[in-house]
Amino acid sequence: MTPSLRPQAAADAAAPLPWWRNRRLIPWLAQGLVGLLVLVVVAFLVGNLVRNLTAAGLLLSWGWLDNPSGFDIAETLLPYNAGLPYWRALLAGLVNTLRVVIAGLVGATVLGTLAGTAAFSSNGLLRRLARIYVEVVRNIPLLLQLVFWYFVVFLQLPNGDAALQLPGLVLAKSGLYLGHTELVNGVWQGSLRFTVEFGALLTGLVVYTGAFIAEVVRGGVAAVPAGQWEAARSLGLSKVQTLRRIVLPQALRVIVPALNSQYISLAKNSSLAVACGYTDLYSVAETTLNQTGRAVEVVLILLAAYLVIDLLISALMNGLNSCVQLKER
Amino acid sequence: MTLMRRLAAVLPLVASLTLLGCAGEDGGIQSQKLAMISSRGKLICGVDGKLPGFSYVGADGRYSGLDVDVCKATAAAVLGDPAKVDYRDLNSSERFAALASGEVDLLSRNTTYTLSRDAAGGNGLSFAPTVFYDGQGVMVPAGSGVANLKDLAGKPICVESGTTTELNLADRMRELNTPYTPLKFQTGDQTYAAYLEGRCVAVTSDRSQLAGKRTGFPDPAAHILLPDVLSKEPLSPATVNADPVWSDAVRWVVYSLMQAEELGITQANVAAKVAEARANPNQADLRRFLGVEGDFGKQLGLPADFVVQAVKAVGNYGEVFERNVGSASKLKLERGLNRQWKDGGLIYSPPFR
Repeated sequence: MTPSLRPQAAADAAAPLPWWRNRRLIPWLAQGLVGLLVLVVVAFLVGNLVRNLTAAGLLLSWGWLDNPSGFDIAETLLPYNAGLPYWRALLAGLVNTLRVVIAGLVGATVLGTLAGTAAFSSNGLLRRLARIYVEVVRNIPLLLQLVFWYFVVFLQLPNGDAALQLPGLVLAKSGLYLGHTELVNGVWQGSLRFTVEFGALLTGLVVYTGAFIAEVVRGGVAAVPAGQWEAARSLGLSKVQTLRRIVLPQALRVIVPALNSQYISLAKNSSLAVACGYTDLYSVAETTLNQTGRAVEVVLILLAAYLVIDLLISALMNGLNSCVQLKER
Repeated sequence: MTLMRRLAAVLPLVASLTLLGCAGEDGGIQSQKLAMISSRGKLICGVDGKLPGFSYVGADGRYSGLDVDVCKATAAAVLGDPAKVDYRDLNSSERFAALASGEVDLLSRNTTYTLSRDAAGGNGLSFAPTVFYDGQGVMVPAGSGVANLKDLAGKPICVESGTTTELNLADRMRELNTPYTPLKFQTGDQTYAAYLEGRCVAVTSDRSQLAGKRTGFPDPAAHILLPDVLSKEPLSPATVNADPVWSDAVRWVVYSLMQAEELGITQANVAAKVAEARANPNQADLRRFLGVEGDFGKQLGLPADFVVQAVKAVGNYGEVFERNVGSASKLKLERGLNRQWKDGGLIYSPPFR
């Protein structure tokens, strides 16, 4: 005789499982429910936005972008005047932002790499200086640093005749002039000009981001096993050669992903330009917003612009990352 | 690019979150804003906070100024107590967003009344009567040799971003065919700091504001206002278009201060005037104005004695002017255009009927 339990178990196995014990169905059901919930919340928020904007008569429209802006921009790379439409003003602002971001990325990378590798110097003074730089700079808010660079450093430069003059170079309160320079009616003119606003913002961004990049570089170099240094030395390579040919290429694998977020931070931090009078995208957008009252549209443009800049930086860095990773052949 | 799509889906969500505050249905004659202020027990008033004469935090930590007095008068009219105000310091760029989102009930922050700010298709504000008729001016260091706008050719001029002054400057300089470099700053403090550091040859703003800021300079006498007046700048308190009942209430509180001056009612004699109106049924005008008879307050959604409360709190318009920006203040501005209409000025209250 078989035990009395056996026929019961056989019957269980034959009968279909109840739905709540179905391992394939339940995850689908759960995901569907969560998805539905998210959709409902999003629909509510979007509906609310549209309802409120309609009530306020501010439903999204983009026609105003073609209206003349009526305001001037202090420095532009693109030709611009107050008679051009808003989208041209925003474009000029975007170009100004890109200009400071690109220059900042290059500067911060150079400064950060120098300060980061200085941490491994055999010169104790250099090592400590690098340490002090990193610790001081990264523990002070960027906004304060920008105000410091602008008001305390750059605006203290002498003006007019008293400006620092070298052949082909003038450094005055209003900016750095290169090439053919002359003083016209108390105002310096030059073939190439960088304003102090640009200078203060660029310096602030480079110094601030450079400190973080220095830490990233230091971490990357420290991650290379000490045996690599020793092996290189036993082959007779100098310290600089070791760093350049052996250690840095390996350290890049650790450095590049972390560098990505520093670059993105720099691009986003450039919107603090208003603190030192530089006319970047954010500054132009703010003026536009105030004149047109198109708050939602202008904020959407700003969001999209910074998003695109940061995604581009990310894409480039991811490309670089796949280049420097170990390739298994 | 699923990432892009996902981000695109999130964008409206973010934007709508920021706008949740202004959700609201129109409640007919009842004003949502008035009900909210009453239940909160406080009026939230957006001011500059850093402009002597208009709104300024003094050494004792209290706000004072012409704009602040409008807040106080409104709080007194609605809640019966001029102290029941929460002040929010706003810069010129954030003021309209703060008002539109409902963060402040009333914007009393030397704001110029313009078409695009008033229009429903623009900023969609509703302006109360002008409390200060101003004009845009230009300030330069006394020894700079700049005597008019033409002398500013090719020179940097400091201006606060998001103001009408920024636009007027562009318009006028274009008219004069004079190229210049606008240096824009987000706050007044930064603008004037850059000017004082010598980055700009001139700073431009409303003449009253320049005079007010100058009182705080290390050497006020070393700066002069150019004779050029670039524009009309009628400075008015503002509310949102969406609540006309509340907008009307603010409008008539401001008018009541002007009407009080015209009728010779002051902070000192308002109590006596009420007693006089009570005693004398023949003075129908005064009785209606002070809420002894009629239902003006009720029509506006305010207490019957809102005029009395407002005048008791800050005095009439003339007193407010003299105390904050006129002869009794550091600014020492002339009444000028801001005299009563009977004296040749522009201050004119429609009849309280």
